[in-house]
Amino acid sequence: MAIAEQQTQGISDRSWHGIVLQTLKRNEISLIPYVPDRVLTPLIKNLHADPFFTTFATAREEEAVGIVSGAWMGGRRGAVLMQTSGFATLANVLASLAVPYQIPLIMFVSERGTLGEFNYGQSLVCRTMRPVLDSLALEHHTITRLDELEFIADRSIKQAVTTQAPVTLILNPLLTGGKVFDK
Amino acid sequence: MNTGNTKVMNRFDVTSRLIGKLKQEEAVIGGIGNTNFDLWAAGHRPQNFYMLGSMGLAFPIALGVALAQPERRVFALEGDGSLLMQLGALSTIAALKPKNLIMIVMDNGIYQITGAQPTPAAGVADIVAIATGSGLANSAWAADEEDFERLVDEAMSTDEPSLIAVRIDDKPGVGTTRRDPVQIRERFMHGLGVREPL
Repeated sequence: MAIAEQQTQGISDRSWHGIVLQTLKRNEISLIPYVPDRVLTPLIKNLHADPFFTTFATAREEEAVGIVSGAWMGGRRGAVLMQTSGFATLANVLASLAVPYQIPLIMFVSERGTLGEFNYGQSLVCRTMRPVLDSLALEHHTITRLDELEFIADRSIKQAVTTQAPVTLILNPLLTGGKVFDK
Repeated sequence: MNTGNTKVMNRFDVTSRLIGKLKQEEAVIGGIGNTNFDLWAAGHRPQNFYMLGSMGLAFPIALGVALAQPERRVFALEGDGSLLMQLGALSTIAALKPKNLIMIVMDNGIYQITGAQPTPAAGVADIVAIATGSGLANSAWAADEEDFERLVDEAMSTDEPSLIAVRIDDKPGVGTTRRDPVQIRERFMHGLGVREPL
């Protein structure tokens, strides 16, 4: 489906989080476990408010990966929301569950650690994310532009499902505004 | 630990008793190591899923299956060492209250497969008290094999998640799961009616 065609389908909310929500819905992704992040707050709030979605917090990111993996095997699609530091806890579950069992794990990562980060630890852990993804040859995209978000998210979700392979969509501060120092 | 009156049972025996009760194509998720080795040894079923890594995720994976298929009972078998890695999952399950999820913890207080080292919880923590404190009110120790079977029957007729803890001996698993993750996953999906075989 062309972008121009998609834009006529009544997507009124052109915020980044509105586009993510509508893209999830259009791809019948209804189970959304997450570990929260400040930047993701409007998305999480709107997902909770929409009865199409089952949205809930988990104690750890790998727990959320386990849940959506089980759900997919049971015939229901899900996606996990997290922050950069949460992604850093996932190498084992990616290498021992999602990749070898060929599970189309869909992850949205709010990117901290770059473009104005104020916490040194965040900037360091951010540097581990892409090397981990690349070491497992996993598909990932860093989304910086609002006009590219829907195309990248929609196509990536469809590719994950049809190729039974994980995909990580990294939501860059250029897209979301990021988190800035705030006393 | 309030487990003084519970009999020390055997994982393979308890697993076999559970499998013997399953008549409705119930799903069973086997946690890593001996837990899924004994599930395999008890006789492969199309509705069995065997984990080959990601220690601690048997309950989260089972929760996902339970949320996807609310009409099917879903069992998860997990070792005490594995559960200690993911105690937060108990609260997640308590908050979501899936009616069809039954968790079984095989507690021998050791990491049997790595050389029988005691877990940090051995002798100090009570799995059932942890589960109850995490919000899973329907949690109990099985006193013996007969009591285990009774608790399974009860869990299969209740409308809330259940956790059954079993004290087991230090014996290794009886079989060894064939380590073919794609086949395990695909056959499980056939068993759950999600896909037809090619």
